[in-house]
Amino acid sequence: MSQHSLTPRQYAILGLVAVSAPLGDACLSQGMKQLPAISLAHPGSLIGAVFTPWIAMGIALLIGFFASYLTALSWADLTFVLPATAFGYVVIALLSRFWLNESISLERWAGILFITLGVGFVAQGPSLTQHPAPEKEAVRKPEDESE
Amino acid sequence: MTLSLPAAPLPPDSNPWAAAAMIAAVVLTSTTGEVLTAAAMKSIGDLDVIRAHSGLKGAIRAVLTRPLFFAGVSFLALAFFSLLFALNHLNLSLVGPASASLTLVANAFAGKIFLKEDVDRRRWASAVLVCIGVYLLAH
Repeated sequence: MSQHSLTPRQYAILGLVAVSAPLGDACLSQGMKQLPAISLAHPGSLIGAVFTPWIAMGIALLIGFFASYLTALSWADLTFVLPATAFGYVVIALLSRFWLNESISLERWAGILFITLGVGFVAQGPSLTQHPAPEKEAVRKPEDESE
Repeated sequence: MTLSLPAAPLPPDSNPWAAAAMIAAVVLTSTTGEVLTAAAMKSIGDLDVIRAHSGLKGAIRAVLTRPLFFAGVSFLALAFFSLLFALNHLNLSLVGPASASLTLVANAFAGKIFLKEDVDRRRWASAVLVCIGVYLLAH
């Protein structure tokens, strides 16, 4: 039975997907709050914003997110990757609780519990749907993994 | 005396059909984008293997030469702009959780129908749990 389990490296990429998106968003938000209000009459000041440290770091994190997300989609199902990425919401909630000392309501703790349960559920199953080649099943060699 | 208030967001219940249409637009465009991108990446094959063979440049070239990838990214961009449009009219506390959690469930359907993914009971349960969780967390 091939369960199609993931290698530690692939788990690391999924972790990167989950963590880099919320961290990137947080950096963008932090950076934009430090800038004076940008009006539509001076769109040029947005270009300058790109080179401030927080925004630059946020953009780098979001580029990293997209690269690792695409990599994950190349070896795992969309319906496997998406719930795993939702774990990022939990990461950001926990960061805001223990790093920024924001309070988390009971409702939000319930949300964290639901997402964690959902991600745990999907992570126990196979990561990729195998479409068996119709007739060759019996003579298939172990290394013959193409298609 | 004239009041010059900034354009306040409409209360979400002012026209429920318009709100539903805006959220549906976000959900549909982002689901289409995710499915097209996932199909493009599946057709390329394992990116880690490609990178081991032909380096980072080779992997980037493999992605950027897929028309399907650009179709996917275009829909994701469209989803981003329809999200901005929705946020212009509705509150974030409605649009955020509603679009995020509905997109998850829509993706489970689309993955099963279009990508022929094996969405078994475990994945349905997980999609629904995460969907409820996102709603509770973001609401």
